Amino acid sequence: MTSAEAVPPAPILELVALHKNFGPLKVLDGIDLAVRPRELVFVIGPSGSGKSTLLRCCNRLEEPDSGAVIVDGADIMRPGTDLNAVRQKIGMVFQSFNLYPHMTALGNVTLALRKVQGLARDAAEARGRAALAQVGLADKENSYPNALSGGQQQRVGIARALALGPKIVLFDEPTSALDPELVGSVLAVMRELKAAGMTMVVVSHELAFARAAADRVVFMEGGRIVEQGSPEAIFGNPREARTRAFVSRLSQGHG
Amino acid sequence: MDNGLERLVFAFFNAEIAAAWAPKILEGMWVTILVSLAVVATGLALGLALAALRAYRIGPVDVAIVAFVDILRALPPLVVIIILFFAFPYLDLPMSAFTATWLSLSLVLAAFAEEIWWAGILAVPRGQWEAARSTGLGFGATLGYVVLPQAVRMTVPPLVNRVIAVTKGTALGSVVALSEIVSQASSAASLAGNPTPLTLGAAAYLAIFVPVVVLGRWLETRFAWKR
Ligand SMILES: Nc1ncnc2c1ncn2[C@@H]1O[C@H](COP(=O)(O)OP(=O)(O)OP(=O)(O)O)[C@@H](O)[C@H]1O
Ligand SMILES: [Mg+2]
Repeated sequence: MTSAEAVPPAPILELVALHKNFGPLKVLDGIDLAVRPRELVFVIGPSGSGKSTLLRCCNRLEEPDSGAVIVDGADIMRPGTDLNAVRQKIGMVFQSFNLYPHMTALGNVTLALRKVQGLARDAAEARGRAALAQVGLADKENSYPNALSGGQQQRVGIARALALGPKIVLFDEPTSALDPELVGSVLAVMRELKAAGMTMVVVSHELAFARAAADRVVFMEGGRIVEQGSPEAIFGNPREARTRAFVSRLSQGHG
Repeated sequence: MDNGLERLVFAFFNAEIAAAWAPKILEGMWVTILVSLAVVATGLALGLALAALRAYRIGPVDVAIVAFVDILRALPPLVVIIILFFAFPYLDLPMSAFTATWLSLSLVLAAFAEEIWWAGILAVPRGQWEAARSTGLGFGATLGYVVLPQAVRMTVPPLVNRVIAVTKGTALGSVVALSEIVSQASSAASLAGNPTPLTLGAAAYLAIFVPVVVLGRWLETRFAWKR
């Protein structure tokens, strides 16, 4: 917060007292988080701490038990919310890409444009091509997923999210399934996206990326936010012992 | 020494008799093809509809579908044909041999196809649903554009086998006097006092089903893709 703005811009995404249980397990135990426009929030935490569940509650792929999820000013937990319309505003990128194997890269990117946004084929393909170009895959529009490398597949996954014109994109360990030499191409796309002003929430272990691109790092454990702050603060000088322990394990693990 | 062979040729490969009865066998072949096509179209359409319906997981509907599927998989197709053919007229529902055979085998194929496609739907990874739903596609659109196309492709080999097995069951129509290949061939054989028409019948089946088997094999390779 170095700016001198008197009124901070309204958050694009705001979670208020979010709770989610799986049976007796409190997976999200009162999460409050506001993501401002153009912000990149980087989420870290041990396995099972609820990071994926947190992201999945933001577009109600997972149904929160209580709390509010406010997207672009509207509480999407309110009954009568048109979820399919809301989901157009929230892009999601998955660890395992989840591309449709029976469709080309362009087919993957244009499906929702055509079937949800109702664009004609030409218009959808024009937008789809632009999205593929944005992730550096203009020449791969006719390739099926099985003919693409993991890095290329993930970039198609990003293009699929971007094509819909989202206000925010959620990334759940976007590079964890990739061979090390392919990670860079995906992170480069994400960095460009950040530079272009996209609002992003990224769950990942790529600390170098966080240092370079994150505005804020959030450390989660046991379904709660333990600590948050600038990358320098969280990685260099965390207040909490648990954060310190996790960060040092993480940086050792990733050499 | 060649006496036996000569008699075999006279009995089963008698050119004169073959020529005389070939038109009857061709008639039967035409009927077999028509019933088979009708069974494949109806059975697969109904099976797909049931599998799609089951994906919505509506309790009572599920129970009804599973009951239908289990009963029709358990009953011999011949029994289904006989029940429809002989029982329906009691309900004042006219039932021709063609209708009874077509309807019975369609129901049987639908039951097996539903089971195969439902297994295919379950085998589509959860991530496919999540990716599609996250882009705003509704349940039905996700099922139709993302899940079913994959489920159908995955299940081509078992489905092709089942389609062939069930359509060969058109021979059972002979029991209710449907004038398909078997019924034409066996009545021709007894009228001619010579089994050559049965040979023609076998040839007719090969003419129909060898191309189907080949087509099935082609479909299997065409739709096999690496994940
Ligand atoms: N559908 C589910 N049913 C039951 N338990 C679940 C379900 N999804 C997640 N969990 C449990 O909730 C907890 C949090 O899971 P989550 O996937 O959110 O963790 P995570 O922080 O993303 O972990 P990881 O780093 O391993 O991806 C875990 O203990 C997990 O086993
Ligand atoms: Mg996770």
